Amino acid sequence: MSFGTMAAMLGGGMLKSILIYFCTLVGALPLGLLVAFGRMSKNRILSGIVKVYISIMRGTPLMLQLMVVFFGPFYLLRISTGTGYRFAAVVIGFVLNYAAYFAEIYRGGINAIPVGQREAAQVLGYSRSRTFMTIILPQVVRHILPAITNEMITLVKDTSLAFAISYAEMFTLAKKIASSHATLMPFIISGVFYYVFNFLVAFVMERCEKKLSYYR
Amino acid sequence: MKVLDMQGIRKSFGELSVLKDISLSVEEGEVVAIIGPSGSGKSTLLRCATLLETVDGGSITYLDQAVAWEENGAAVYAPPRELREMRQVFGLVFQNFNLFPHFSVLRNIMDAPMKVQKRPGAEVEQEARELLKKMGLEGREDAYPFQLSGGQQQRVAIARALAMNPKLLFFDEPTSALDPELTGEVLRVIRRLAEEKMTMVIVTHEMGFARQVADRVIFMDKGVIVEQGGPEIIDHPVHARTRAFLNKLEGETT
Repeated sequence: MSFGTMAAMLGGGMLKSILIYFCTLVGALPLGLLVAFGRMSKNRILSGIVKVYISIMRGTPLMLQLMVVFFGPFYLLRISTGTGYRFAAVVIGFVLNYAAYFAEIYRGGINAIPVGQREAAQVLGYSRSRTFMTIILPQVVRHILPAITNEMITLVKDTSLAFAISYAEMFTLAKKIASSHATLMPFIISGVFYYVFNFLVAFVMERCEKKLSYYR
Repeated sequence: MKVLDMQGIRKSFGELSVLKDISLSVEEGEVVAIIGPSGSGKSTLLRCATLLETVDGGSITYLDQAVAWEENGAAVYAPPRELREMRQVFGLVFQNFNLFPHFSVLRNIMDAPMKVQKRPGAEVEQEARELLKKMGLEGREDAYPFQLSGGQQQRVAIARALAMNPKLLFFDEPTSALDPELTGEVLRVIRRLAEEKMTMVIVTHEMGFARQVADRVIFMDKGVIVEQGGPEIIDHPVHARTRAFLNKLEGETT
């Protein structure tokens, strides 16, 4: 197999890895905020349920969670899922898992904002939602950006776990090519791919941090 | 005309009774100073008046509009929408300024008048710039709070409160977080507001300032008003507890 064909095959996988990556972020970043609200809710039942959810998501392997999401509907509920479900299962699994981690990061960030900020906004007559969106959240984002960057970097590498349910992202293909052609080349290419991907993520996030560091 | 009328206010935190049947009313144009040892309940009284804390009993009325009243021995508050309107009547200056760190000085002052009161930007900006000038902060419009000294931050906080055009301005120990050399500039600004007949309620430890600026001084201790009267009560306290407090303060400052 020529390097060109190999690269072309892996290239398709890379696009799928990138797709998983962005779909997960788009789903998990907002969902994480909702989960954080649930976790901080005064309603004991709600916060209890959310606590259990976070505990399970963080306490079991993501690979196992992907399998449960993919095979669960059939084995547990006897629902036959269509062919498109494989990708959906990957994204659902990743979003549910990452939302739990993001939620805890949000929670830490929200708790770190001095109560005086909320009080000042309240006395000035801001509504609760406006207080959160314009006063609290911007400060939270700044606080938590380094922790979020960590998760975003881990996620790049975690996309390879989609091989557990045979979704043809890049790493799944690399393994296939490597074993059928007895070559290390696909692994080298995938190593470079993950590194460059993460380099870009780190670069962009650093820019974001700089942009938000105009105040203390 | 009474701007604020609080009657029979009770408040406890768990077992601890912090306010025991306190009544306070403030006339338009009046400057009231509240003094007393820490833990006397003066800050809690201010937090109840500014609706940051809910009372357990008693009534709160702003400009003849009931904010809270008592029904069957428990306090009842007006519906949230009315409360939000009532909040426009007063402003509060915090001990720790509580400026929004991610907003510039100008945005700190302009944001609430524009977003909450929905006033036109140009008008608000002109007023904000005038307020900054009055606070001696001309040219600092684009600075961020962290770039300012504590005294400057507190003056921005005063401007932010004034930009809402409140009928009554509360100050919660406005100089307690400041170095001594910075308190003067903040007190000067408040003094000037007093000269302009701004209605104010000031919780303070600055006795000299209270004596100069207040029309009425209230001494609180252990959740009750022990004594109140003209500023002369600072020099000639009637009650033994007031005397003890003032003597102790004097002992610390000399």
